[in-house]
Amino acid sequence: MMDSNLKRDIIMDHYETPRNKRTPQSDDYLKKHMAADSCIDDITIYIKFDGDKIVDVSFDGVGCTISTASTSIMTELIKGKTVKEALHIIDEYEKMLSEDSYEEDLLEEANAFDTLSKQANRISCGLIGIKGMKEILENYDK
Amino acid sequence: MLDRNKIRDDFPMIKSEEAKGRIYLDSAATSFKPQCVIDKVMDYYTKENANIHRGDYDLSYQVSSEYEEVRKLCAKFLNADSEREIIFTNGASSSLNLVAYGYGQKFLKEGDIILSTEAEHASNILPWFKVQEVTGAKIEYIPLDKEGIFDMEGYKRLLNELGDKVKVITLAHVANVLGNIVPLKEIIEEAHKVGAVVVVDGAQSVPHIKTDVRDLDIDFLCFSSHKMLGPSGVGVLYGKYELLEKMDPFMLGGGSNARFDICGNILLKEPPFKFEAGTPCVEGVLGFGEALKYLMAIGMENVEEEGKELHDYFMKRMLELDNVEVYNPKSETSIVTFNVKGIFAQDAAGYLNSQGIAVRSGTHCAKILLNVIGVSETIRASLYLYNTKEEIDRVIEVLKETTLEKCIGAIL
Repeated sequence: MMDSNLKRDIIMDHYETPRNKRTPQSDDYLKKHMAADSCIDDITIYIKFDGDKIVDVSFDGVGCTISTASTSIMTELIKGKTVKEALHIIDEYEKMLSEDSYEEDLLEEANAFDTLSKQANRISCGLIGIKGMKEILENYDK
Repeated sequence: MLDRNKIRDDFPMIKSEEAKGRIYLDSAATSFKPQCVIDKVMDYYTKENANIHRGDYDLSYQVSSEYEEVRKLCAKFLNADSEREIIFTNGASSSLNLVAYGYGQKFLKEGDIILSTEAEHASNILPWFKVQEVTGAKIEYIPLDKEGIFDMEGYKRLLNELGDKVKVITLAHVANVLGNIVPLKEIIEEAHKVGAVVVVDGAQSVPHIKTDVRDLDIDFLCFSSHKMLGPSGVGVLYGKYELLEKMDPFMLGGGSNARFDICGNILLKEPPFKFEAGTPCVEGVLGFGEALKYLMAIGMENVEEEGKELHDYFMKRMLELDNVEVYNPKSETSIVTFNVKGIFAQDAAGYLNSQGIAVRSGTHCAKILLNVIGVSETIRASLYLYNTKEEIDRVIEVLKETTLEKCIGAIL
């Protein structure tokens, strides 16, 4: 279990200076728009591939701390990975949020959300951007 | 004086052991219910379970009479001409849809205008989008100022310009995000000069302010039981009788017709019964009757006056906070809409929740309002007659110390 001060610092950091938060100007990205039913979170995910490899990931939109930070962290985790590797990381992240055992080492800073499962009403915040990535990856036809 | 502590004793959601430390500021979404309402609903199932309007046996006769007594009580509560003008629905949304469908879709046509505002709840604008689509009539918006306050001059200008093309004006007496009271009497007077019918969304007003349908000369009034101490699943459509006579029901079925034959001829009952096909939420209506009695015993004048006083105290304290931005400083009833500066609404609401304070964050079903106040997500805190100054003081203390660090800490 990650120390809660460290967790807070990680989430603050990714919320206040989110990584890869931009709308790409070129049209060689696959994108997925995610809008929550029950809150204002509205995030679009962009992924650029080279064959099997994710060469760039970014996101844009509005979201709360949890949705922004979790999406930001995940862009860093899957950038440079293959589709299979990225889906594996996302899978482990989802396991963490469902309180199943998971590979901690693989999730790095995403471990900051290791107790998010206790806040039932906020789990969807921690999933909105990541689900968008998953959908693009699962539908990607290399 | 309203004895709030005595009132609080009537509410299990407040006086129970589990409720300790809880501060409920979401009555605009739904109110708590007093014991008498809960008991009445239980009594129906334990002592008088029978269907209504089938009076062959004592039980059914008794429950039918009680059901109709609530209709009379509701007419009295609104100062309506007759209980025949009270239709029970399953909520304000259902009442608003019934008017849009049964009146709007029936009588409006291309070239006609529906006037509304950008502060409306989805339930009072989406049904009229549909009327627009089906009939070719068009919705125009009455101007609001930056704080969302109704612009009377702009309204009169619109009426002048559009004249008798305006067939329907539909708006909330109290907007659900902003909490300000619109000058309904004058709005209706002006509307009637051009022959328009006025539909009032009373979901946020009827629970808080005395609503006299005859004095205001309201054509249609829609509201919900569950926001005014009654059970959910019950709402009211008040309509002037001559309008109800012309209007179509939304549903056909048992209880709404007098007779029908194999050729497809239907003879509908008179209002209100032609609108109430199917078995209604009987226990809910009976419970609603208790809620009406409860409010009438306190007196709606008192509910209104003391509600304003508590709201004004809350607003004053909120405006003193440097780290809070309030969007509706001119509101008059119950609702305070705000953000903690620099913190996303849902994060701050999550922190308040961790401190036992229930508020709601989001767009509050008024998604086009952001064009007016320029902010998409807000926190809404709303009061009712069981809230106290002590609770407000506690909320202010918590808000004062709300920081982004603490909001994030609340989820760790």
